[in-house]
Amino acid sequence: MPEDRVKPTEAQLKARRNRSIAIGLALAAFVIIVYLGTLIKLGPAVLDRPM
Amino acid sequence: MALVEREHIQESPDLLSEATAGDFVALLKPRVMSLVVFTAFVGMVLAPASPNPLLAAIAIAAIAIGAGASGALNMWYDADIDAVMARTVNRPVPSGRVAPGEALGFGLVLSALSVGTLGLMANWLAASLLAFTIFFYAVIYTMWLKRSTPQNIVIGGAAGALPPVIGWAAVTGTVSIESIVLFLIIFLWTPPHFWALALFKSGDYQRAGVPMMPNVAGDASTRRQILVYSVLVAVSGILPALQNFASPAYGAIAAVLGAAFVWYSWRVFSVAGRDPAMKPEKALFGYSIIYLFAIFAALLCDGLIARLGG
Repeated sequence: MPEDRVKPTEAQLKARRNRSIAIGLALAAFVIIVYLGTLIKLGPAVLDRPM
Repeated sequence: MALVEREHIQESPDLLSEATAGDFVALLKPRVMSLVVFTAFVGMVLAPASPNPLLAAIAIAAIAIGAGASGALNMWYDADIDAVMARTVNRPVPSGRVAPGEALGFGLVLSALSVGTLGLMANWLAASLLAFTIFFYAVIYTMWLKRSTPQNIVIGGAAGALPPVIGWAAVTGTVSIESIVLFLIIFLWTPPHFWALALFKSGDYQRAGVPMMPNVAGDASTRRQILVYSVLVAVSGILPALQNFASPAYGAIAAVLGAAFVWYSWRVFSVAGRDPAMKPEKALFGYSIIYLFAIFAALLCDGLIARLGG
């Protein structure tokens, strides 16, 4: 079977790593923002619900 | 129908990107974002409300990301004209570092996230205003007005003028006459600011076929209109003091700043392009940035002093 995969260059690999780190950090920041925002908006009672 | 037909920038056949995170940050127009953050913050400080500081910071971040998203949508659509203007040729899409589809997706996702976040963390009036701002900038200004009328930046300026209204709405849940005055200051400031730039960059706009005022109505008419708008800017700058939501001290500062704005515009009008280096136009452009920053900084100081004193 012929090899049809594209082999990334060094620059492409480096750029991809850079983008992946940035996406990871942005997602982590978004999660923290939603968590803290929810606590402030709803207060500690958000954890105290009848089951 | 647009005067300038849009040409499609081809997607790169190379599927692997060399775009860095910095290229995606550049799509958000960070310098415009910084102005949005500042004016939205001033809107919040002047508003008669005491929001939770962290929720206020989240709201500011959402407004900034929303503004950035509209910048990414603008860069996606305008890549064809950005590619022929010296000022914009190195932007991520025309330079080929970011594919047009990536810029479009990035802008749409961030628009949805920023509007949703502002709605949940502040209120849905502010979120609706942010959604309207993004729509107005990306669709009404970028896709329609920019290529079809020399009034493009006059009407389109509404998008750049809305952040303090959104900031005010985020903490009060209302749109009031005070926030409309803040809107008016930026709205009236936009034409002289961009027309000063267009006067000394008219070659660039001519090449791209963008119907800026100097290219359509001529330099003399543009200089006259700059002078008229600068008088309106100077008057709008002192309105917060006349409306009693800023102190007389602010009013005095705004009057001096406004008088200087009119003086710089008068220089543009009276020298009338006889200076080949276009120094009066460049001076007005530079001063216009200082003016807007100084007016909002004065409003911020005034608001903070009133809060601490009251």
